[in-house]
Amino acid sequence: MDKYLHVSFSALGDSTRLAVVERLLQGPASVSELAEPHAMALPAFTKHLGILERAGLIRSEKQGRVRTCFVQTPAIQAIDTWLAQRRALWASRYDNLDHLMSRLNGVKNDDPAI
Amino acid sequence: MTTRQFDITFDTILHRMTIRRAFDAGRQLVWDCHTQSDLLDQWFAPKPLTTKTKVMNFTEGGLWHYAMVMPDGQEFWGRMDYQTISPIDGYTLLDGFCDATGTLSPDMPRARWDVSFKDAGARTLVETVVAYGSAAELEQVIAMGMEAGMTSTLERLDELLSTLVN
Repeated sequence: MDKYLHVSFSALGDSTRLAVVERLLQGPASVSELAEPHAMALPAFTKHLGILERAGLIRSEKQGRVRTCFVQTPAIQAIDTWLAQRRALWASRYDNLDHLMSRLNGVKNDDPAI
Repeated sequence: MTTRQFDITFDTILHRMTIRRAFDAGRQLVWDCHTQSDLLDQWFAPKPLTTKTKVMNFTEGGLWHYAMVMPDGQEFWGRMDYQTISPIDGYTLLDGFCDATGTLSPDMPRARWDVSFKDAGARTLVETVVAYGSAAELEQVIAMGMEAGMTSTLERLDELLSTLVN
């Protein structure tokens, strides 16, 4: 998991590559399907796919003349896990803050000095 | 627990995370809780950790040097170096991993936090943007946690956070 995580953020730091991963999260797609929404030459586009493959975020399979791309679930899950942990940290922290402020507000009503 | 407005977004292109949360309290109280160490100590660490402050100097150029403490006593030290402060609208700071003396971990990148406070009726909206200098810096912060030395502490913190996800 760490290995994937280590490279995947750079690979996603580009709007074309991010769009490709978002598209593939909905299901596999051929290279030409993936390239269609992007206004760039195919060699430039396949370079982006190469970066995503080396980062472990996607893989591709050639069937006849068609190359089909898939997301690599473990790499995406690693990012998901990391984000879920940040979310849990902030959720717990802010729950604490809610409780603290309702306590302080209670005190405030009784004692205008605080 | 009531559902409150709480939103975290992650921007891989700008390598930054944005956390938005509404609180049922006036802006002055929310501000005080973010900027006074006796109050920060009561909420900043996620449960079951606790927060303790070693130094607090909430001024531009000042710092908050604190630890998050595990139930078994293990400490994770950090520091926040305040850059700009405009009461009670917002402040910016640089975060950092450090030791008990406040010496920064030399290899760890620091994120810039931009925290802002806005009125939303009787409630207060807090937005925190945590920005890294590059995607590589963010990866480093994550990867460092996996390396020997910090592994046990950060892994345990991550385990703890995983249990909080549910």
